Amino acid sequence: MIRVVLPFHLRNLANVGSEVQLEVNEKTTLQSILDALEVRYPMLAGTIRDHVTKQRRPFLRFFACGEDLSHVAPDTQLPDKVITGEEPFLVIGAIAGG
Amino acid sequence: MKSVRVLVGTKKGGFVLTSDASRAKWEVNGPFFAGWEVYHMKGSPANPDRIYASQSSGWFGQIVQRSDDGGKTWFQPGFKKGEPTATPEGMPMTESNKFAYNAMERPLTTHQWYDGTQHPWEFKRVWHMEPSRTNANTVYAGVEDAAIFKSTDGGSSWQELSGLRGHGTGSKWAPGAGGMAVHTIIEDQNNPQRIYVAISAAGTFRTDDGGKSWKTITKGLSSLYIPDPHAEVGHCVHRIAMHPARPEVLFMQKHWDVMRSDDAGESWYEISGNLPSDFGFVVDVHAHEPNTVYVIPIKSDSEHFPPEGKLRVYRSRQGGNEWEALTNGLPQKDCYVNILRDAMAVDTFDPCGIYFGTTGGQVYASSNGGDSWNAIVENLPSVYSVEVQAIL
Repeated sequence: MIRVVLPFHLRNLANVGSEVQLEVNEKTTLQSILDALEVRYPMLAGTIRDHVTKQRRPFLRFFACGEDLSHVAPDTQLPDKVITGEEPFLVIGAIAGG
Repeated sequence: MKSVRVLVGTKKGGFVLTSDASRAKWEVNGPFFAGWEVYHMKGSPANPDRIYASQSSGWFGQIVQRSDDGGKTWFQPGFKKGEPTATPEGMPMTESNKFAYNAMERPLTTHQWYDGTQHPWEFKRVWHMEPSRTNANTVYAGVEDAAIFKSTDGGSSWQELSGLRGHGTGSKWAPGAGGMAVHTIIEDQNNPQRIYVAISAAGTFRTDDGGKSWKTITKGLSSLYIPDPHAEVGHCVHRIAMHPARPEVLFMQKHWDVMRSDDAGESWYEISGNLPSDFGFVVDVHAHEPNTVYVIPIKSDSEHFPPEGKLRVYRSRQGGNEWEALTNGLPQKDCYVNILRDAMAVDTFDPCGIYFGTTGGQVYASSNGGDSWNAIVENLPSVYSVEVQAIL
């Protein structure tokens, strides 16, 4: 079971709490987590990555186990602790005031 | 019972203001979509309880919201609470926030960037929602980078009317300070195949075949800020207004100049007359007097606030050129707000109600055609858009 922590506004759109749990049957990569998230919560499609290009939105970052995963290739295997559910996969909005 | 609903899009959410037909006492509902930018909310003329809203964010992109109960509750089309959101195979039922340019039909080309170089077309947000006058499930969206999309399923899915973007002059279109967007969409009530759009900074276009093909309608416009002031495209049109009973007459507030066309945009002439400044963003027409027009002059393109710090609506009962200042109830000193292009609307009661919102968070209303005004709400986030529905 993969744990994913979402930012405030995406929790509201998906009507969920701060953390959601996902079943990822295939190899646990950045792409497979985001695919599973969008299948489970289709209202989030397009909000984290572009509908067409699948590029991460510029003001969002991905972290897990203290590592910045924002720039890793989509098919990169995620850390074991994320796969076992010991650590969550974090979707974080860039800090910006105003 | 007759009532009025004012839909206010702001920098930090949407609000619905309601009153009975006296328009004397107002209730403020919201914020809806709190913390998000709401560029525009507009109700369907065919079903006033159907309202569409454009919700967006620099972080999370575009969301479309819909209400089927007059703004009390909202949902993303296709994601109504209690209804399935995905097929048995796990595929999303709808993609109401997917605005994909139709590159198969018209190749994704480039437009002019601020520095004159070419820049690829990229979708950013929906600026304007224009529900069809006759079908509540049909709605147009004007988007940045400039294009028009159409939904015929209540906002659940969107298809680009790519003939506009593919007009052929696209490489010469350029963004204004706020971006390069289709911000005005006007359907001709007598001829649904005829639609007008305006784009900052490209100009204005008309289709007579439901959006398949478009022509520029800029003859008579003159813009000193572009290399050729009389060019076919490049004019920064801020807003166009039409009275439904006289669809061939259009009024335009341009970056500078207030303009009028009497022939469906084929030609334009200036009607700025005695205005203290002919810069501004909004223009609208009285609901029952097609020759009565309203603008709110702004000092200049560099100073986006009313001249002399006096907030004045100007009314012409002659269809332009002769303007009178309407000041009763509006601040006449130290007022330095702006009124953005989608932030003025009129209701259809008699006497006609006029409404506008400011970047200072006030929404002002007049229930007597502009003779007197009062703030019906004062401390909202910066107002992006104001629309009104008279519920009969």
